[in-house]
Amino acid sequence: MRITVDGEEVEARPGQTVAGVLLGKGVKAWRTTRGAGRPRGLFCGIGVCFDCLVRVNGVPDVRACQRLVAEGDDIRSQAGAELPS
Amino acid sequence: MRRAGVVVVGGGPAGMAAARAAAGCGVAVVLVDAGPKLGGQYHRQYGPADGDRFAEALPEAVEHLANATVWAVEPVAGAHRVHVRVGAVDDPSRVGRVLETRALVLATGAYDRALPFPGWDLPGVFTAGAAQALAKGQGVAVGDRVVVAGTGPFLLPVASSLVAVGARVVEVAEANAAVSGWAARPAGALAGWSKTGELVRYAGVMARHGVPYRSRNAVVAAHGSEWVESVTVARLDRDWVPVPGSARRVEVDAVAIGFGFTPQMETAVAARCRIVDGFVEVDAAQGTSVAGVFAAGELTGIGGADLAAAEGEIAGLAAAKRVGAVVDPPLRAMAQVRSGRRFAAALAAAYPVRAGWRGWSRDDTVVCRCEEVTKGALLRAVERREVGAVRSLKLVSGAGLGLCQGRVCGRNVAELAGVEDAAAFARRPIASPIRLSELAEE
Repeated sequence: MRITVDGEEVEARPGQTVAGVLLGKGVKAWRTTRGAGRPRGLFCGIGVCFDCLVRVNGVPDVRACQRLVAEGDDIRSQAGAELPS
Repeated sequence: MRRAGVVVVGGGPAGMAAARAAAGCGVAVVLVDAGPKLGGQYHRQYGPADGDRFAEALPEAVEHLANATVWAVEPVAGAHRVHVRVGAVDDPSRVGRVLETRALVLATGAYDRALPFPGWDLPGVFTAGAAQALAKGQGVAVGDRVVVAGTGPFLLPVASSLVAVGARVVEVAEANAAVSGWAARPAGALAGWSKTGELVRYAGVMARHGVPYRSRNAVVAAHGSEWVESVTVARLDRDWVPVPGSARRVEVDAVAIGFGFTPQMETAVAARCRIVDGFVEVDAAQGTSVAGVFAAGELTGIGGADLAAAEGEIAGLAAAKRVGAVVDPPLRAMAQVRSGRRFAAALAAAYPVRAGWRGWSRDDTVVCRCEEVTKGALLRAVERREVGAVRSLKLVSGAGLGLCQGRVCGRNVAELAGVEDAAAFARRPIASPIRLSELAEE
């Protein structure tokens, strides 16, 4: 299936998580923190820590480690606190 | 609302065993699990492969609710209501479902404990569980050159999984002196004989790949600007204070850390189960202090998959009995629980977390990752105001108030601040964040 990551087309397979796709591509960070703007990526990997938040189809604060990719997903990195669009 | 027979929360070894046991007595079971496939952390299945080997083997009386997040458990007269959102993770399109039951089995498992050190919030620092989940579930290595650090036998399967997906494990740093720890409790070690065999296999993998295993060593700092480029590994004394002059710089692009496990307790706390020493108190039938609520697996003590499955079987039968099934006493599972708990006690004694970790972090080290509270800010907040309990600790420092609701920092900030009863962090009336539009629907 095809998804896009920050606008770039990426090949993905059903059953992959967003974090699986990103780390598989060598992307280590896809969010910055609200306070100090520090980079964050995957940390706990099992849905507990909420560090790996990402924007999926316009919805921010989605856990990349838990969310399975779906055909046509628009995945975008997230800066600070974002409001839903 | 139609009442379900037995509701099981959690699809790991304990929850699957509970669902099978209750269904085996002819009771209708709903098995609620957050994952797309059953197995939990220990039996994690490869995501992109077709099918779900555990779901396919479930008895017909079990309804498996996959991708289902329990966001609240509500006691009502003589029963409990389990509020669930089902669908794509964290998406507003999820559909709500409420399960009301007189027999609720909680098998929510545990997650890795991570201890803070300078740089632990850099991308490239993962928990050991993350490295394991990515390797087994996604076939992805968290890095090319990885140090695995922490304490406990779980570090070995993690290193082994990393090697299997092509990572080079530069070393495994075990903060305790594992061998002498085991020797101190031979009876306990013997009780866990099957596990010991598993560990010997992992040790074989380490030896074949030339992975050094260093006890009394820990990663005490991670370095890099945007992600991890190297770590400092130091030798520790018996209280985990780094030995002066022992620090080594090791080039890596990832670190996996795990210092034991913290039980995932919010649903048990919401059901008002009694908590003793950080775990849910259970009787011989896995019954909690609340009638109609049973707990199994890591919630009742960290003991691994075999013990969890045995507890799950007992809990499932006890839950079935409560809704009217005729049940034979599970003598074999009860014997497994007894020996499993001896093994768990030996584990806990051999791999404690020692107080020296509190000195690894600096004033400017973030201790609460969500709210970016540093150790210095935490200690100053505690100094200025009287903080006796977790609630006031959260309010004066901001630690534990973020999206993870203190799951990652709770025990650490409680210890740093000298507050007892860290389990109070598990009071999370909304067990998992849901969207306002979802809440409005409920």
